[in-house]
Amino acid sequence: MAMKINMGEFHERVEKGIHNTFMRGAVAGAQERLRTRRLEAAQELGNWEEWRALGEEIRQHTLEHLDYYLMQLSENVKKRGGHVFFAQTAEEANDYICRVVASKQAKKIVKSKSMVTEEIHMNAALEKLGCEVIETDLGEYILQVDDHDPPSHIVAPALHKNKEQIRDVFQEKLAYTKTEKPEELALHARHMLRHEYMTADVGITGCNFAVAETGSITLVTNEGNADLVTALPKTQITVMGMERIVPTFEEMEVLVSLLTRSAVGQKLTSYITVLTGPREEGEVDGPEEFHLVIVDNGRSDILGTEFQPVLQCIRCAACVNVCPVYRHIGGHSYGSIYSGPIGAVLSPLLGGYDDYKELPYASTLCAACTEACPVKIPLHELLLKHRQTIVEREGKAPISEKLAMKAFGLGAASSLLYKLGSKIAPTAVHPFTTNDRISKGPGPLKAWTDIREFPAPEKERFRDWFKQRGEE
Amino acid sequence: MNVTLFVTCLVDLFHVNVGKATVELLERLGCTIHFPEAQTCCGQPAYNSGYVKEAKEAMKHMIRTFEHAEYIVTPSGSCATMFKEYPHIFKGDSEWEERAKRVADRTYELTQFIVNVLKVEDVGARLEGKATYHTSCHMTRLLGVKDAPLTLLQHVKGLEVVPLPNAHNCCGFGGTFSVKMGPISEQMVDEKIQCIEQVEADYLIGADCGCLMNIGGRIERKGKPIRVMHIAEVLNSR
Repeated sequence: MAMKINMGEFHERVEKGIHNTFMRGAVAGAQERLRTRRLEAAQELGNWEEWRALGEEIRQHTLEHLDYYLMQLSENVKKRGGHVFFAQTAEEANDYICRVVASKQAKKIVKSKSMVTEEIHMNAALEKLGCEVIETDLGEYILQVDDHDPPSHIVAPALHKNKEQIRDVFQEKLAYTKTEKPEELALHARHMLRHEYMTADVGITGCNFAVAETGSITLVTNEGNADLVTALPKTQITVMGMERIVPTFEEMEVLVSLLTRSAVGQKLTSYITVLTGPREEGEVDGPEEFHLVIVDNGRSDILGTEFQPVLQCIRCAACVNVCPVYRHIGGHSYGSIYSGPIGAVLSPLLGGYDDYKELPYASTLCAACTEACPVKIPLHELLLKHRQTIVEREGKAPISEKLAMKAFGLGAASSLLYKLGSKIAPTAVHPFTTNDRISKGPGPLKAWTDIREFPAPEKERFRDWFKQRGEE
Repeated sequence: MNVTLFVTCLVDLFHVNVGKATVELLERLGCTIHFPEAQTCCGQPAYNSGYVKEAKEAMKHMIRTFEHAEYIVTPSGSCATMFKEYPHIFKGDSEWEERAKRVADRTYELTQFIVNVLKVEDVGARLEGKATYHTSCHMTRLLGVKDAPLTLLQHVKGLEVVPLPNAHNCCGFGGTFSVKMGPISEQMVDEKIQCIEQVEADYLIGADCGCLMNIGGRIERKGKPIRVMHIAEVLNSR
């Protein structure tokens, strides 16, 4: 599946993540900053829970009527002179984009940040065509310069790198001679990119929200790169996941308010770019040709299922920024461009259980994600639904676990079996017990005692104490 | 007041002192404790692992055991949350949904019961030292009990309660997560212990035996001089 990154088994990736102290320091610091800023921004807005409820309602309504709004969007884009292509798969999307690019004999393409183009591996398809594809979002640019290091976070793709590492990459690849000061690094990138915008043949963007009523697309950035990508090249292609749509500007405003606050703790980002079709007569900038590629790639299979709420996502990464598992393993461990809780829910749906069956278990179900989500996706419940699907429908659970759970079901549903089992437990583990502690447990206990002490079951259970007390 | 104790399987088998403290504490506050012998486990280990069918068998058994109780009180935020989830799990089941709701409506976590039902904030406890409190995820986020344990702890004489840095981060227990994802769990619990050490607490107090088994088991393995106590034991200290 196209969204896949990183070779190697899940546990190997996790091991690598855990031992990457640079990454972990960067992630922990970013999590704390972003969490605090998000909470402050939410408090400043006031009535945050009402805003969340409204955001949820807008997203649910849109998904319930997705066919209607997609039709409306498509008609309105065409009315303004744009072209619309519905791509059922990643391949179809890439084929269409390549055809447009080839028809323009384009050599250089500038891109603003887009997760869906990562998902369909669009850059690789275009490079195969002989095009040079240049990422203009600073984070994405850093990763591209660093031999296409994959993104580790859906909003801050280079979150796993610190400024010293970025300085080294720039020195090695871009003849950079200055320090690790972020301002100097950004200035250098800006200088390098400025030339690219001016000479690009095609601009490609993602889409935060498409507005059905007007046929507009909205892009939310802090760097203004999306403005240049959409204003300068003659041809513009916007790629959007089919669910990234709102009925009107009124709903867009609500969702942008939730997005910027949840993602980076800002009231607004520096730039919110709205584009409606190609350049019209009398306008001084904008593309001469505009193409909107609407990508399904597995999304319509999620519609109408118990997983539908995941399509409410507005890609703010608030769930990633509070996830204690992501904190320690980083984005690359997920093996998907979608990491963190949203990635653990979405990746198995879009990419299948064969590649992503571990992800639903990479959570303590602590619900920090669900609490943070600005559109109220019950993320931890969806992780549970994945587990249930893996056990019941996919039959991918280990036999030993199935047996253990069967035994649990029997034992916990029968007071007699429970009493019997708990009575013999201390004797059963006696050989492994020292000073009421088990330090090297047998069987399933081993994984616990590899890390921690396990208390030996007490000889007198609570129930024995309580009963005896009553009799005294 | 008649209280039906749901002691939880972890307390019944591994942390008997927490059960004893819960009984003594509630009796001192004027409650009469009933303990239905048929009780087993709330079903959470199976439910959270995706074994809903097996979990439901356990849940039905617990509904049968507790459905006639007046107040169901449990010294665990997580197990109380599981009881509260029953109606959601049996939604649309004509035989069980109503009965599940009856159980859920009458279920209280221990500190929630003391503060909100008994309306007591000072239980007359005394414990000397410096403590920090671990906010369990299910109790805080899903059950929504945030203030009650802190209110009760603030009234414990001799006890200085200091905030735990990054308290919102999970300790890494997560039921079967602790064994399925051992290496990740280890990093999480180690960070939790670092935070406890940072505030130089003598006691780590919590309201869920799952988390305490995880944090406590790791503290013991590392030989750290931090005493792990369930809040029932603290509130029962004299």
